[in-house]
Amino acid sequence: MSSTHSDTHGPARGKRGAGRSTTARRQLWQLRLGGHQPVGMLFVSPYLLYLAAIFVYPLGFAVWMSFHQYFFTAPGVKVDRPFVGLDNYTAVLTDPDVWRSFLNIAVFLVINVPLTVVASLVLASALNQKLRYRSFFRTAYYIPYVTASVAVVGVWIFLFNSNGLVNQALGPLAPDPSWLVNSHLAMPTVAVFVAWKQLGFFVVLYLSALQNVPQELYESAAIDGAGKFRMFRSITIPAVRPATLLVLILATVTGANLFTEPYLLTSGGGPDGATTSPVLLMYQRGLQQGHPDQAAAIGVILVVLITAVSLVYRRFLERD
Amino acid sequence: MKKALLVMLPVAALTLSACGSGGGSDSGGASNDARGPITVWYSNNAQEVAWGKSMVATWNATHPKEKVTAQEIPAGKSSEEVIGAAITAGNAPCLVLNTAPAAVPGFQKQGGLVALDDFPDGKQYLQSRVGDRLSQYASPDGKYYQMPWKSNPVMIFYNKELFKKAGLDAEHPKLASYQDFLNTSRKLVKSGVAKAAIWPAPTSEFYQSWFDFYPLFAAQTGKQLVEDGKAQFASPEGIKAAELWKTMYDEGLAPKESFNGDSFAEGKAAMSTVGPWAVSVYGDKVKWGAVPVPTADGTAGKGTFSDEKSIGMYTSCKNRATAWDVMKFATGKEQDGKLLEATGQMPMRTDLTSAYPSYFASHKDYEAFAQQAEHTIEAPNVPNSVEIWQTFRDAYTKAVIFGKGDLPATLKGAAGKVDKLAEGQ
Repeated sequence: MSSTHSDTHGPARGKRGAGRSTTARRQLWQLRLGGHQPVGMLFVSPYLLYLAAIFVYPLGFAVWMSFHQYFFTAPGVKVDRPFVGLDNYTAVLTDPDVWRSFLNIAVFLVINVPLTVVASLVLASALNQKLRYRSFFRTAYYIPYVTASVAVVGVWIFLFNSNGLVNQALGPLAPDPSWLVNSHLAMPTVAVFVAWKQLGFFVVLYLSALQNVPQELYESAAIDGAGKFRMFRSITIPAVRPATLLVLILATVTGANLFTEPYLLTSGGGPDGATTSPVLLMYQRGLQQGHPDQAAAIGVILVVLITAVSLVYRRFLERD
Repeated sequence: MKKALLVMLPVAALTLSACGSGGGSDSGGASNDARGPITVWYSNNAQEVAWGKSMVATWNATHPKEKVTAQEIPAGKSSEEVIGAAITAGNAPCLVLNTAPAAVPGFQKQGGLVALDDFPDGKQYLQSRVGDRLSQYASPDGKYYQMPWKSNPVMIFYNKELFKKAGLDAEHPKLASYQDFLNTSRKLVKSGVAKAAIWPAPTSEFYQSWFDFYPLFAAQTGKQLVEDGKAQFASPEGIKAAELWKTMYDEGLAPKESFNGDSFAEGKAAMSTVGPWAVSVYGDKVKWGAVPVPTADGTAGKGTFSDEKSIGMYTSCKNRATAWDVMKFATGKEQDGKLLEATGQMPMRTDLTSAYPSYFASHKDYEAFAQQAEHTIEAPNVPNSVEIWQTFRDAYTKAVIFGKGDLPATLKGAAGKVDKLAEGQ
């Protein structure tokens, strides 16, 4: 690579030198395109095609839509799709419902993400010990994750409606209005539900990270007199930091895409819009109301915000 | 990976620029004179499926070269979304016998619907079948993109057993005026015979207002939600109807929480807003009575929400002459009679009761619905129809169901937004 570099930028400017430079540039381009092992591109090309079809194209199309006046039409119908600049962004950013949906999702993330990280790490640590019925517990925590949301939502409605088991247990301490129709409690209830439902997946991530922590560290710490809590704080938490970053980013990304739970658990974003998420608004604007251009603008804003949050996580957790 | 992505971005950009050209050729040269096989979707409730199969079999028996292939509308959250997606994909059937009028402006904007008055006898057929109510189904461009097919005029069903237990007159319940309705509701709940006097869905979906606010508003005013491009719901009459519901929610006579199931069938609610479909559904399970929706002072209402479904012809259809003939066949007097017999839903005909005298003589329960069917009020056919309903529903949810803010001010604010949306902004 270095010789190619010197060839390209070397002092020779004669005819021979220029020929060598062209060859070098072509080699450099081929190297960039195919890498040191061009056959590798052959193997990864199915994935690249998949990536282009499933990710690059839709994302690019969404960005394009957000800058144009766009609505879905029947094939062959000729309509203008004029460039409207930032009009769609202005429309959604001046809409109080959109702001409220982002605020709702912020409340959701503030509750859901820390709860997910702490609960999954603590549970994974517990399940990493030699326990009786360990396999049973591991399976039990994983089952909600693989069960359809539609099914478990029914159970939560049964638990948290005004006559549900939770309120019956709480008696006079039960909130009024009840959990899912209380504008202060509805989103926290959804956040706890999602944390519970996804816990199994994050426990598995942490379990695999914990199993790579050298046991010698714990043995040395024990010899030095460290207690369980000190070992957890000084060995476990630093050792699983990469997993924590992954959990944080995944929980944030999946949380930001919240749709099914408010749609089903609170009947379309109620009460009074307290659980309306940006993705739920995208569905309403794009599919129900025929404004996919505005829906795309909401989506682009969401992607930018979540990317920024993820970069902050990364910077914060990888600073060492 | 980054390098690979960089290589692929121009490819994506080229593809996008192709998308941006917006459109292509026309819809395949389909004409209103073409004949041949067609496809049809019908509703997925058991009674309509049975009627649909019978209708198609009868047609196919005499039209071997113009065969109809029919199926239930594919499953989805709502038929409107399924149809909207099918229009975009270009695989909508020729006819959908379950097209909601509120969705028609959106489908029309998509270029998905065929104007029925483009057929030589189109306007005349629609007018003769539907009569004066037809004007409610005209699109802003003056054309007709739907055949008004069947209505479910909304009334109040009440549970006679629960009324008796609450010490109320079950044969002549006091439900005509807003005050009567409130007093009766209070007695029902206070007596403990049911958790709710009435339990409409207090949820945020755009169409829920069709079963709480809109029937009362229609009965009081005889107007559509939007008329002449202006929202009507913030009028004194509209505010009065909203205030009735606000009181119902404030006093716990109507719960703010949705019920998972059928609150009326399970005896959790003593009343329900329903169409004639309810007669066969509740049958003998509940001893029910039916009365018109109340008006402010108890005088006879000027109308009620139609809960109507239309038949739409979609532009993906190649054999449109056959589709038009099938549409007329399915809405002819014979098939309308069979639909009435099978489902109890009211065909949108001017001569409904006189056309089927023996049916109404032997089905007294349906007579009241048939009378209501004569003056139904439809969801307005205006641009941004669904967005308008959602705007109204959001304001209603906030001010009426959850009692936040000033009710008249909130409705007036929503009316301002609706006016702009109705202009097509």
